[in-house]
Amino acid sequence: MISAAIIVFRETLEASLILGIVAAATVGVPKRGRWLVAGVAAGIGGALIVASMTEQIAELAYGMGQELFNAIVLGTVVGMLAWHNIWMSGHGAHLARNAKQLGRDVQAGTKALPILFVVIALAVLREGSETALFLYGMAMGSQEGLLSVLNGAALGLAAGAAAGMALYLGFLRIPTRWFFVVTSGLILFLAAAMASQVARLLIQGDILPSLASPLWDTSVLLTNDSALGTLLHTLLGYDANPAGMQVVFYGGTLALILLGMRWASRRVIPIADR
Amino acid sequence: MSFWKGCALLIMLFPSVVFAATPDVHVSIKNHRFNPVEVHVPAGQKIRLIVDNQDAMPEEFESHELNREKVIAGKSKATIYIGPLEPGRYPFVGEFNEATAKGVVVAE
Repeated sequence: MISAAIIVFRETLEASLILGIVAAATVGVPKRGRWLVAGVAAGIGGALIVASMTEQIAELAYGMGQELFNAIVLGTVVGMLAWHNIWMSGHGAHLARNAKQLGRDVQAGTKALPILFVVIALAVLREGSETALFLYGMAMGSQEGLLSVLNGAALGLAAGAAAGMALYLGFLRIPTRWFFVVTSGLILFLAAAMASQVARLLIQGDILPSLASPLWDTSVLLTNDSALGTLLHTLLGYDANPAGMQVVFYGGTLALILLGMRWASRRVIPIADR
Repeated sequence: MSFWKGCALLIMLFPSVVFAATPDVHVSIKNHRFNPVEVHVPAGQKIRLIVDNQDAMPEEFESHELNREKVIAGKSKATIYIGPLEPGRYPFVGEFNEATAKGVVVAE
């Protein structure tokens, strides 16, 4: 039961943290609850389909189907997160310091909801398909018994959800004027972290060269599988021994989104000038 | 040598270079255990690790040291490219059965 709980917790944690960040970034946007719930539901549905097709997906692209599929899913999420940050910068979200401004901000936020729906659905799909596969395997071949596995899974899921919730509640305590900086900053790093994962998958599938493997090794200081390492891995993209290509993807994504945000925010006329 | 002859030679050489550079190394999973537990590979070159999961249960090959993670469906094989590695020991696990599914890649 405990092993089931730990694995389900690990797999749910990332999706849950992403959900927490997205929920925080959309505070005050009408109907966001519906979109977020729909995103989770669509993700779970997709996860079950993907899990049931694991073998077929794996056999695609000369056995590299899994790497390609996950890279495409993650790459799409990176693109969506980038778009969200640039879009919100272009709509004066960073200038939102009073209620009137916030109204404009909310309109921009409403338009971004479908994008965030896709982000959540894909994040849940990716982590959920592995969870579903694991539980299916446990259920059919476990010595522990089905009930024990399911209990463990429920416990792990609850713990994972609690972590996302804690992150969300923490965000709500941030003063309004810092809110955009903090949420868009987190989305920025989240996107870079995922881009680094895309690179890792493409190296694993021998589609991209590693450039250096690893470029450095800090596993003496902080291992990937420690609690802090896992958290930093998801939120900031920490990797104790990244390949050179991962670092290129990470830095490139950071730079491109920042440039886009800057370009978009220049096009916004500050209130004082109107 | 003419340009076209040079091209032809390159084309002929290229596949042999690619294949020579990535030797296959096999490891199987049975009853949630890896066999062999110690996988010996040459250091300093890219390796194609072929994991044959003979169990009905899916497994997730995971190694933080190798920076690799891949789900392997039950009764199926998966290919994972690793390295080039510095000489050393790189532990890996089957994440779905971590208590028994443990192994180590030894690069030498």
